[in-house]
Amino acid sequence: MDSLVPLFVIIPLGIAFLIPLTWRFIPGIYRYLPSAGMLAMTVIALVMLFSLGGETIIYKVGGWEPVSNIPIGIHLVIDSMSLMMLMIVNIVGLLAGLFSIPYIDKYTGENYYYSLFSLMVAGMNGVVMTGDLFNLFVFLEIAVIASYSLVAFGSSREELEASFKYQVLGGIASLLILFSLAVTYWYTGTLNIADVACVLQSDPGSDTALFIQLFMVAGFGLKAAMIPFHAWLPDAHSSAPSPVSAMLSGVLIKAVGVYAILRLFFTMFTITIEIAWIVAVIGALSMVVGVFLAIGQWDMKRLLAYHSISQMGYVITASGIAMIVIARGGDPKVAALALAGGIFHMFNHAMFKGLLFLNAGALEYATGTRNLKELGGLSDLMPVTSLTNLGASLSISGIPPFNGFFSKLIIIIAAVKGRFYFLALLAVIVSIITLASFMKVQRYAFLDGVKSPKLSKVREVPFLMYLPMIVMAILCLAMSLMVIPGIRETFLMNAVNSLLSVIS
Amino acid sequence: MAPYMLCFVLFLVGLYGVLTRKNIIKIIIGLCVMEYSLYLFLAMTGYIDGGAAPIIDPSKPAGLVVDPLPQAFVLTAIVIGLATTALLLAIAIRLYKKYKTFDIDKINTLKG
Repeated sequence: MDSLVPLFVIIPLGIAFLIPLTWRFIPGIYRYLPSAGMLAMTVIALVMLFSLGGETIIYKVGGWEPVSNIPIGIHLVIDSMSLMMLMIVNIVGLLAGLFSIPYIDKYTGENYYYSLFSLMVAGMNGVVMTGDLFNLFVFLEIAVIASYSLVAFGSSREELEASFKYQVLGGIASLLILFSLAVTYWYTGTLNIADVACVLQSDPGSDTALFIQLFMVAGFGLKAAMIPFHAWLPDAHSSAPSPVSAMLSGVLIKAVGVYAILRLFFTMFTITIEIAWIVAVIGALSMVVGVFLAIGQWDMKRLLAYHSISQMGYVITASGIAMIVIARGGDPKVAALALAGGIFHMFNHAMFKGLLFLNAGALEYATGTRNLKELGGLSDLMPVTSLTNLGASLSISGIPPFNGFFSKLIIIIAAVKGRFYFLALLAVIVSIITLASFMKVQRYAFLDGVKSPKLSKVREVPFLMYLPMIVMAILCLAMSLMVIPGIRETFLMNAVNSLLSVIS
Repeated sequence: MAPYMLCFVLFLVGLYGVLTRKNIIKIIIGLCVMEYSLYLFLAMTGYIDGGAAPIIDPSKPAGLVVDPLPQAFVLTAIVIGLATTALLLAIAIRLYKKYKTFDIDKINTLKG
């Protein structure tokens, strides 16, 4: 089982470099290579999840054994949390890759698209697995540099401008992260996450540790587009080709932003009350401001992008609640519940937001516009898109029996149990506004009568585009099974425990 | 302490450039200056006063050497910085072809 660990980086990285070398000689096959690779990785992750059952694998790259208990070389650490993230990254990547095959057909340089796509997945898989801080930075840069160029892939005016903004802000975020790594190395003399945790535990709450944490919150908060660091996200996510938007919004901001925050704060730093409040307040701000910015939008993808900020706010708020409870020395069960809600919502968001972006892509592919005012009456002409969009909308606004309902319910219960009544109230209000804004989408795009005669010729999108949408809609329903006892332990609670095990 | 302060000043110079310049190329130069100040800082974290270069000859007793690990980090970070700068410049050239200007005030299709 151990020897399978590096495959999560080798497969996508190999595909990324194989495509530019071979696309001339074997025409057409490069379209299917990334999806095939990601399917293989999803299966490997699923098999490992069942066979591990909460255990942790440490893979030492190059076989460098620790010398007198000081780790040298890079360690890849696989536990339930990273396996769940790997599964989410690869499932969304697989479906977005299939969706790309007809969608990217109209662009030139298709082979580069698939190559960059695999490179981005390789970076994200690496970020999720690594146990070394500098290695995390390297994989993060691989993922984001690939995403910069994918955002600019259409090379029209908006795409180039969005990519430039994204690169400048992303570059500053990378510098903040690199600076915090430099200070960490200067202070502790090591960059292995477990080793840094040991050193920091001997001196909890020191000023230097606080300084490092502030820079990490700013750096990873910029990558995760938390308010007030959100300026790049609506432009970048709405300008990119739709399958790329699904990847960016669905998994990239989670893997390089939220996951890194969760991993570093729960397993590396000793949680202090100041940082816990900062995280919770940033999360609550994103949740509320994001949804109010979203409701006035008429460009469908821009509306979805603002909702990504708002929904990521839920995840950050939930983890902030867990951190405050731990820092106060409160009931560990409440902390575990809040964290479980946050992580569950993160997985769910990958599914429904990926689906919503694919729907927006299907609308754009079929009609040539994504302005809601110009659409209308498409529910008869595009039945699959209409139905899957309804499912995803209900899921994101938290209507049972879709998965979004259960994760939001867990977050709200945890907030009430931890006596954060105001945050619980905010979560409910934001959920209602989300519902209103998605009812607007459903009505203007699919229900109102046909507004312009050219829309009457619209046809449903090709098979390879609606197949991923149907699979995602089914997964949106099926993921609510993750709250049932018996299934919950394997998929959710093991992941929570692997984050909390260091603290207890 | 003086080298650290100069390093910080260099970082602020770069940040000032990114925040106040209107020309895309000058923004990119500002980002580069910030990057270089960080590389300097990283290299200095491994410096030991009076240390030699970290090349150890087995036949001689090892003396005081500087920490080689940050030097490896700096090399990796420089390669990553090269990739980001190259991509930024490529995007800047494409932007110039579309808008016929480097002024970010005139490149404003996206709003809201």
